[in-house]
Amino acid sequence: MSEPSWRGSAARLVERVTSGELAAEAALEAGWDGPAAQWEPEVHAIVHADRETRRLATASARPVGPLAGVPVVLKDNLCTTDYDTTCGSRILAGYRSPYDATVVRRLREAGSSLAGKANMDEFAMGSSTEFSAYGPTRNPYDLSRVPGGSSGGSAAAVAYGLVPLAFGSDTGGSVRQPAAFCGVYGLKPTYGRLSRYGLVAFGSSLDQVGIFARHAGDVALAYSVVAGGDPYDATSRPGPAPDVSGWDSGVSGLRFGWPANLWKQGCEPEVVAGLEEAAAWLERAGAIRVPLEFLPGEVGVAAYYLVATAEASSNLARFDGVRYGLRVDADDIGALYRRTRSRGFGPEVQRRILLGTYALSAGYYDAFYLKAQRARTRIRREFDEAFVRCDFLLLPTAPTQAFRLGEKVDDPLAMYLSDIFTIGANLAGIPGLTVPVGLGGTGLPRAVQLLGPADAEPTLLRAGRALEVRGERARLERRHETEFAWPTKR
Amino acid sequence: MSITRTEVERIAELARLEIPAEGIERMTTELTAVLAFVATLDRLDLSGCEPSTFAPAGAGLRADVPDADRQLDPSRATAAAPASENGFFLVPPIVENVNP
Repeated sequence: MSEPSWRGSAARLVERVTSGELAAEAALEAGWDGPAAQWEPEVHAIVHADRETRRLATASARPVGPLAGVPVVLKDNLCTTDYDTTCGSRILAGYRSPYDATVVRRLREAGSSLAGKANMDEFAMGSSTEFSAYGPTRNPYDLSRVPGGSSGGSAAAVAYGLVPLAFGSDTGGSVRQPAAFCGVYGLKPTYGRLSRYGLVAFGSSLDQVGIFARHAGDVALAYSVVAGGDPYDATSRPGPAPDVSGWDSGVSGLRFGWPANLWKQGCEPEVVAGLEEAAAWLERAGAIRVPLEFLPGEVGVAAYYLVATAEASSNLARFDGVRYGLRVDADDIGALYRRTRSRGFGPEVQRRILLGTYALSAGYYDAFYLKAQRARTRIRREFDEAFVRCDFLLLPTAPTQAFRLGEKVDDPLAMYLSDIFTIGANLAGIPGLTVPVGLGGTGLPRAVQLLGPADAEPTLLRAGRALEVRGERARLERRHETEFAWPTKR
Repeated sequence: MSITRTEVERIAELARLEIPAEGIERMTTELTAVLAFVATLDRLDLSGCEPSTFAPAGAGLRADVPDADRQLDPSRATAAAPASENGFFLVPPIVENVNP
């Protein structure tokens, strides 16, 4: 008996659907009937999905295209016409977009089908997927732990096997950190390479749609479908995206930066062990280690929380109870705004709106917002200088493995510092890739992060693939079926 | 740097948020902690660093003409509104009638 379709890669699924061996609807429902029946009630990765919508979508889809028959999960802040888009918030309860996000349109045109919308921290503000109006998502490797955030639902759905591909958004690490906690790949592309049209904005100069998959080759496949300029997004980079077809071509001769000062303090031993192992694998595969020094990560976190909250306070002004979502009626329009926003937004969103409003308010603009934007320039320069000496950087994705639910909910600063290694890429607009490197002694996934200069996605995927096959493993006969460690129930 | 309770109330008004009295206390404490943390930036040498701007190379303005593919008729534009009538959003009075 052949392996169930949900266990395979997206690339393998395309072969089976295109050849007529498997119908798109069967490919989609395999994940729902199989792993979701076991995991979804406890993990709670998905917030909007129904069988009839899925049936209609696959019935009208032609079994052709680079993603023919591949089911995908979308974070609940990507607009779709067939499911609600609520950003994990009460304020958008019941909102149905009149249009598809550009990324969603490209996925449909490539033949993929939507398996559902994933849970997330409200308006993508959080690092644990505990700040959702639908309740938290849990990590399938340990149900007492968080899946990371804010795209925790997307990461968990890929990890437990509902779908081979999912999409999230990454404003300060919200794809890469949950990918690390759930043991899957997570790509934040170069800013502007994926259209933000139809992605509900949080911090517009930082937000980027990102990709989750269990295999490096599947990340490359998805990227080649959705990346590229979009006239509907004035911040997208015009023209074609970099060619990632060489994702399997190895790392011989590539130089990787090793900024060890960043994790000398405050990183769990498991995280450091994963890094050391990954560096050794890369060297065995022919890459060259280049020691580097970097600014402490706290600087980036400080700049990020001023820039991101300032932009969020502006972007979220549109949620006022007038045009969509929740309305709490009042006698005058000012009270309607205040009541709607106060009841519609959760505490973390309100906290960030207040911080952003403060940073932009008269008398504080120069001291906070402008200073943060200058710090951002400094951080970008530092990356520029590093990438003269190396092709990519190897560093942790997060200082810890998945932490326990509730552990950081009441400590905003501790939660913000979960993103200490990921934020720099958003401030600089460069691409980052989380690569799973097996399970640690704790039974939880270990991961590393690769960062490269703008448009270095091909390089990052080559390195991510080299780590997937760990240099020595035979690659051709197991091109898409690698040593992915599926969660087991405990 | 600390932030006062009065400032939090003022910011809440600017942000169109109603924060209950006990929430103001908590927000004052939390925002003070976050602001103390962002003071990390004061230790950074920013000489010669202009504020970042973020327009991808080659990005430009499109022609200022209606895009037929993206136009919504009024009924679709107001379809998700909590209250609407004849393609208009319904809200409480915004301008008071001073001469009833």
